[in-house]
Amino acid sequence: MQARTTVVVDVGDVPVALSTGDPTLAAVLQQRFHRFLRPSAAPAFHFDISVIPEDAEDGDRDEDLQVRSEGGLWRLRRGDFRAEWDPDTRRGWIHQRLSPYAADSVLRIVHTLLLSRERGFLLHASSVVRNGRAFLFTGPSGAGKTTIARLAPSDAVVLTDEISYVRRVGDRYMAYGTPFAGELSDSGEPISAPVAALFGLAWAADPVHEPLAEGTAVQILMRNILFFAADPALSRHLLDTACDFAGAVPAFRLAFAPDARVWSTIQ
Amino acid sequence: MSDVFFTRAGKLAARKVAGEVVILRADDSSLYVLNPVAAAVWEAADGRTPLGAVVRDVICRDYDVDPETALRDASEFLAALAAQGILHTSEQPLPPAGQALDGARA
Repeated sequence: MQARTTVVVDVGDVPVALSTGDPTLAAVLQQRFHRFLRPSAAPAFHFDISVIPEDAEDGDRDEDLQVRSEGGLWRLRRGDFRAEWDPDTRRGWIHQRLSPYAADSVLRIVHTLLLSRERGFLLHASSVVRNGRAFLFTGPSGAGKTTIARLAPSDAVVLTDEISYVRRVGDRYMAYGTPFAGELSDSGEPISAPVAALFGLAWAADPVHEPLAEGTAVQILMRNILFFAADPALSRHLLDTACDFAGAVPAFRLAFAPDARVWSTIQ
Repeated sequence: MSDVFFTRAGKLAARKVAGEVVILRADDSSLYVLNPVAAAVWEAADGRTPLGAVVRDVICRDYDVDPETALRDASEFLAALAAQGILHTSEQPLPPAGQALDGARA
């Protein structure tokens, strides 16, 4: 019998154990999540992962993601994986192709479902900590999320350049580092800080830095929050959280050229 | 069109923010943002108040607009949201949002 390897990935103070008997996948996961491994943490959830053989005929590899709930059990499927997760038993399984992206996607989905009930969300945004305060930079692909993170001063810490993790803790919103990165980028740092401001990004030769109305901030948030489940109750939680966040955190429109001086306006 | 009754569809999340109404449709995460006039129609969607009464008693009272123009604009807005499945409309009074809607047009 092949030994199993368990990788505990802690994002947002929620440790999730990923257990597999495939040593190659175990190495891939350890590399993917290397900054977020917490071997000694007690897992809040546990997934057993099996690998689909490369030559197996197992459906359409280009199948789009589907997330649905049946009797409290979440079923997830995409071209490169199938998964189930039972929040009550805190266990699940993933049957996936040999790549880091399937387990990465399952973790993203699990965290969005958990956060939706905890006044939190995953956001298409880079986030950077400076002087103990987190700044979120959101926008669609190509808006400059990665660029502004790379332009950050040397005393800043990048939490992520792609997917930000935000959750209300007490009377403030906290941003946490995430390992969720694109194919060409690196994971963030596993620290957290209170959110000081949200910026909606755009490109412009002449910089623009102006406050956003609360309603506009809600719209920007809702267009960039990751959400996978067609569930009315979770949708209400999410909209409530976006409105609460917009009322608690100042938001700005930031149009900029790729020049490090843009950081002189971010306070 | 002034005798059209309308009510909100189910599987929606809606919040009023700074005078606008933000609506999130649960089945596909589509987002709709209603300006203050459209928000007034949305908030009056109780299934029992006809559109003509909403235009006369709310929109023409709160906004500087003539009744004919207001009714035309509100009718177009209502048709657009009904086409998107956000509101249900009927020539008869409707049950409140989330209840059976036999015969209603979505």
